[in-house]
Amino acid sequence: MTTVASSGNKGKGVRSDCFVSIEITQNGGIEIILESKVKLMFGKSILQITNEILAFFEIKNAKVTIEDTGALLFVIAARLEATIKQLIKTDKEFLLPFLSQNNYQTAKDQNRFSRLYLPGNSPSLMLNAGVHKPNGIILDLEDAVAPDKKFEASFLVRNALRNLDFYGAERMVRINQVPKGLDDLDFIVPHNVNLILVPKCESADQIHQVNNKIEKINKKYNLTGNIWLMPIVESALGVIKSFEIATAAPNVVAMAIGLEDYTADLGTRRTAEGIESLFARSQVVNACRAAGIQPIDSVFSDVMDMEGLKNNVLNSKALGFDGMGCIHPRQIVVIHENYAPAPAEIEKAKKIVIAFDEATAKGLGVVSLGTKMIDPPVVKRAQNTIDLALKTGKINQNWKEEQHVS
Amino acid sequence: MSANFVKNALGRLVPTEVNGVPQVPYMGVGKHKPTGRKYAPQIVSCSDFPDDGNKTVATLKDALIKSGLRDGNVISTHHHFRNGDLVAIQIFDIAKELGIKDLVWVPSASFECQAVLTKYLEDGTIHHIEGSMNGSLGRFTSQGKMKGTGILRSHGGRYQAIQDGEVVIDIAVIAAPTADAFGNATGDRGPAACGLLGFALADSQYANKVIVVTDNIVPFPCYPWQIQGNYVDHVVVVDKVGIPEKIVSGTTEVTKSPDRLLLAEWTAQFCDEAGIIKDGFSFQAGAGGTALSIGIYFAEILRERGMKSRWARGGSNKYLVKMLEEGLLDYILDGQTFDLDGVRSMRENEGHVNTSPFTSYNYHGKGNFASMVDVVILGATEVDVNFNANVVTHSDGVLLHGIGGWQNCIASKCTILPIPLFRDRMPVVRDEVTTICGPGELIDVIVTERGIAINPLRKDLIEKMKNSKLPIKTIEQLKQEAEAICGIPDKPKFTNKPVAVVKWVDGTIIDTVWEIDNT
Repeated sequence: MTTVASSGNKGKGVRSDCFVSIEITQNGGIEIILESKVKLMFGKSILQITNEILAFFEIKNAKVTIEDTGALLFVIAARLEATIKQLIKTDKEFLLPFLSQNNYQTAKDQNRFSRLYLPGNSPSLMLNAGVHKPNGIILDLEDAVAPDKKFEASFLVRNALRNLDFYGAERMVRINQVPKGLDDLDFIVPHNVNLILVPKCESADQIHQVNNKIEKINKKYNLTGNIWLMPIVESALGVIKSFEIATAAPNVVAMAIGLEDYTADLGTRRTAEGIESLFARSQVVNACRAAGIQPIDSVFSDVMDMEGLKNNVLNSKALGFDGMGCIHPRQIVVIHENYAPAPAEIEKAKKIVIAFDEATAKGLGVVSLGTKMIDPPVVKRAQNTIDLALKTGKINQNWKEEQHVS
Repeated sequence: MSANFVKNALGRLVPTEVNGVPQVPYMGVGKHKPTGRKYAPQIVSCSDFPDDGNKTVATLKDALIKSGLRDGNVISTHHHFRNGDLVAIQIFDIAKELGIKDLVWVPSASFECQAVLTKYLEDGTIHHIEGSMNGSLGRFTSQGKMKGTGILRSHGGRYQAIQDGEVVIDIAVIAAPTADAFGNATGDRGPAACGLLGFALADSQYANKVIVVTDNIVPFPCYPWQIQGNYVDHVVVVDKVGIPEKIVSGTTEVTKSPDRLLLAEWTAQFCDEAGIIKDGFSFQAGAGGTALSIGIYFAEILRERGMKSRWARGGSNKYLVKMLEEGLLDYILDGQTFDLDGVRSMRENEGHVNTSPFTSYNYHGKGNFASMVDVVILGATEVDVNFNANVVTHSDGVLLHGIGGWQNCIASKCTILPIPLFRDRMPVVRDEVTTICGPGELIDVIVTERGIAINPLRKDLIEKMKNSKLPIKTIEQLKQEAEAICGIPDKPKFTNKPVAVVKWVDGTIIDTVWEIDNT
């Protein structure tokens, strides 16, 4: 094995990260050179964790250089471990105590309006992600991580799952494409990941492979929590196979479409109008509804264009999608606001549900509002709107009473 | 250091003497009230000045020599060009050339463009700085390299110190974008237009000698004027007086950071829920991306409800100007001009009013605009569990910023500090701040991305926010949350040598900045 390795980011604009390089030496003990913008306040703490980790992996002679830009402990630990594991062969893992507030499960049908993508190797973007209250936070091991950074990213993502506060957001990871992505599962399944995104999915078999590996890991660690899957179809074949994928396993709770890769596969490109992807999006919505899972739309890439995002969301909702990805925290509010039922929609739904209640109370088979007859599917849709309005805090639990008072 | 130290009313150790001058320790808000008469400038006679009003001299060097520049003089400059100042450095280049030593530099604020002056602090041309020591100058000071002890003052404190005779300016050099030969000067026009020259007002009135430097001389009268020529001794014409584009420094651009925008949004929501935003209310948003963004949210709320704000104080910028021109705001009471839209508006809009530290901040005035503001939004480097805040040093103990108008502004009816709970790994909400610049009793609300703390003294605000959906927490909770994420930082080590003192708005010493111990 090689005797010199490094990991982490440094250079202009890098914050809350650290770059670690280690040279294994033959003698002379441990020598640590620390450069840190918080050296005065946290120098001792950084040296302490470094010594602890070196001892944990039984490294006795090494020259360690740390260039720290204010990284939190779990980041430093991830960088050290990723570096050490390029130098020695070991099955040991250095884990900081699991943050108790991250110990929650999510429901199969919970709201998934927004899921915020975070590059899996960029600590500074992770720290405050939860305070922006996306429905889900995705630590991305796939396209947002450069190929030569994938190894170190898996340690950072593992440690983030354990020690970064997600503030109640659904804890998601996008693994690499199967089969490579199967290796990622070792880093995430034992650490209470709620949902795994399976990218570039083209068959039910890929879902089965993921589930088999999850089951193996669950057995090994005696884990019982739910892990949901959200396959992403990103190719012509994926779109054609979407129903097969959507029904591949009971833990598939949603399916997303990735339009950048899909349009490339078609030999076309994304436009603002999205006419080139209309078939694919409709197909995915249709497959999801047929399978009883949530259809999830692609991301909107212009982070400064809030008006464009809003229109995109309204179109997406009109096509039948339940949510979409986002790549910037500022997109979250716009996404939530516009997938959630609009005030006029809610008012209409309230009237229909009340009319239905009254008709039922009177034993009438036919529901009418004013002079108009209301069909059963309309009642069902109104009830769905009310459920969603309740879930998103647009109305109170006791809205019916309030309605009667007013 | 021969001076003794005492504990002031906040329990901070402060020297009883600074640069040989006896000092008063901070006594509490509004407790120190000197009596007697204010300092008065020297008597001059108009017969000593040219009847034709032509006070021009060939060069700045001539003007300084004519003004009697000598060892130990107190020299003042002003920061209306912010990072585009070209005059301050020239003064000390000339002093060096003339072999003059031990000058005291009294800038209304220093900027990074003046970092080269450390060489004159090193060689003894400048003895010490009174005003602000930013960036490199601050770091230099913290290392104990300045010959004398620095004095940090707020914009209002500068006016107070001049009126108390605490600062007696020998020569004031006022960089002016436009002036006439008599010395009438203004900042709102000319190729280097920078806006308001308000920080130079006190100097023009009280300094023994006043030099106006301009690159745009116009025939008498330079009207409207901001500085009156009747105070001016000499006028110097140069090729370039300042770089107007650089008056827009980094902190005067609205933020794009999602975290800061969240702070801005919550702050605006807080103000709304607390009933502060109403028809006719007044506000001030300081420099800094977060504060500026809050103005945008205020504007949105006003527009939506068909209301308007009566007046906004503080640094004018394109966002305030937009509100003024859209009719969402009746008056901008401009204290300094943050960008070129502000400069334009100052020329064009009747509702854009020139103010000064005298109207807004002066402790020896009969009232102040600053205390009348309904809500002021400011920043801080650190806040402690008693709501005391720091704006001059960082947690590593290094002096890096000036006070600006910050201390004066916290006199407002409601002071809100939107700040991150931690920066990288440094907690911002702490047990104890490194340096106290403002007493906790004047700081009402801390808004962080992980929760909002209301000062327990503000029972009214606590009551109003009782049912708010905003994450209201105690300051203790915030501190604990920060420490849980970052760990507990070690404190910096200091020697027992004060390198600077922080003055409160009344001239007393609120805290001491100590030399960093590098051993």
